[in-house]
Amino acid sequence: MNTPDDTPKRRVSVQVNGTTFVREVECRRHLVDFLREDCGLKGSHLGCEHGVCGACSVRLDGEVVRGCLVLAVQADGRRVETVETATPSRRLKALQDAFVEYNALQCGYCTPGMLVAALDLVERRPQADRAQVRDWMSGNYCRCTGYHAIVDAVCAVLEQQRAGRFADEAATEAQR
Amino acid sequence: MKSPAFDYIRAESPQHVFELLAQHGDEARLLAGGQTLLATLNMRLSQPGLLIDIGALDALRGISLAADTLRIGALTRHVEIEESALVARHAPLLAQAAPHIAHRAIRNLGTIGGALAYADPAAEWPACVLALGGTLVLASSRGERRVAAQDFFQGLYTTAMAPEELLVACELPCMAAGEQQVFGELARRQGDYAIAGLAAIARRSGDALRDVRLAFFSVGDRPLRARRAEAVLEAGPLSEARLAEADAALRTELDPFADLTHSAAAKRQLAATLMRRAIATMTQAPAA
Repeated sequence: MNTPDDTPKRRVSVQVNGTTFVREVECRRHLVDFLREDCGLKGSHLGCEHGVCGACSVRLDGEVVRGCLVLAVQADGRRVETVETATPSRRLKALQDAFVEYNALQCGYCTPGMLVAALDLVERRPQADRAQVRDWMSGNYCRCTGYHAIVDAVCAVLEQQRAGRFADEAATEAQR
Repeated sequence: MKSPAFDYIRAESPQHVFELLAQHGDEARLLAGGQTLLATLNMRLSQPGLLIDIGALDALRGISLAADTLRIGALTRHVEIEESALVARHAPLLAQAAPHIAHRAIRNLGTIGGALAYADPAAEWPACVLALGGTLVLASSRGERRVAAQDFFQGLYTTAMAPEELLVACELPCMAAGEQQVFGELARRQGDYAIAGLAAIARRSGDALRDVRLAFFSVGDRPLRARRAEAVLEAGPLSEARLAEADAALRTELDPFADLTHSAAAKRQLAATLMRRAIATMTQAPAA
């Protein structure tokens, strides 16, 4: 067994929000600790740290993942997007505005993960109805709102999208 | 919590995996999608000295069709099965089951090989592969061998795999003409572990069912075929009386554990409900 003084390390290179970070990390370091502690990006939150709560949701090579269930060494050479994404996305801004308008947060701890999951839904499932929104967002815990306000906010942005509000902006996923 | 310290190696080939397993023995764990392993490490339920990341072994990835067999590589992610046109056509049971596996973020990384090798009795894929009569392909430095799903799952988190073996794929017979595949699961919340689940396959023949295969999960220490209920359902034309007889037979052959929220009796009741729903779905579907 390895002791804390003798913990194996690796050098990794990860592209985060368009910037390449090269860091020496412990093999056991998960992606959210890497983002928060090694890259100084505090937007992704650590809740349960065993894959249940969704507060640490980020996108890895364009797909939503649990940041606490990916190792930084696994992300070596790959692309990560956090809620601080460098790509100016009107969909993300619209979701943030809708979360405020619908009171879809109170303490805000779950909000970065909610926004990342919701952005993925808005881009990949533009026709989603309320039940599908609830299913898609079921992997993200909120202990304040009781969820209805969050589902309201996501549904409102889906409606805006169907009304053509983002028609001039391709989904960020489609741009790659 | 933070995981205990471990070393990490990205394997370059199956041969590299075999060498590392031989060298490190029980100190080493294979890392595929990591959606169970990394959670258990963070919970400090296990303290391996080395993780062997097999994620770069592209030969273990992907879904292909050869003759009447669908082959799914062990590193194929749940989301790829969920969205595969080949799976939807030739093994729709899997397409029905996939959305029940945890949540989108987990399905984006978790792999079918990881789920089969881990053999969680509450997991969807082991029951599906059992119902489909699938075969697991295992590799080691001595070559490949094939094990039928019926013989692969041996108990709680226990399979026929030897410590030096690597699961490379599962092979599934394609859906036959007239066959119906129905998946059902009851959980407290979308994506939660199943309280009870059922992978059901049968062929309609007039007003009777033939070749009935009912594989239940989360009601025992492994996925289980309900052979008595199957025999009752195959014995003659379907009727209320036959369903009641199958229901009674099922309750005698299932011996589930109670969990925090459900007694053994409640699980039996839910399993019987899933069976009735699956049969109803099969009989209501237009005859093929």
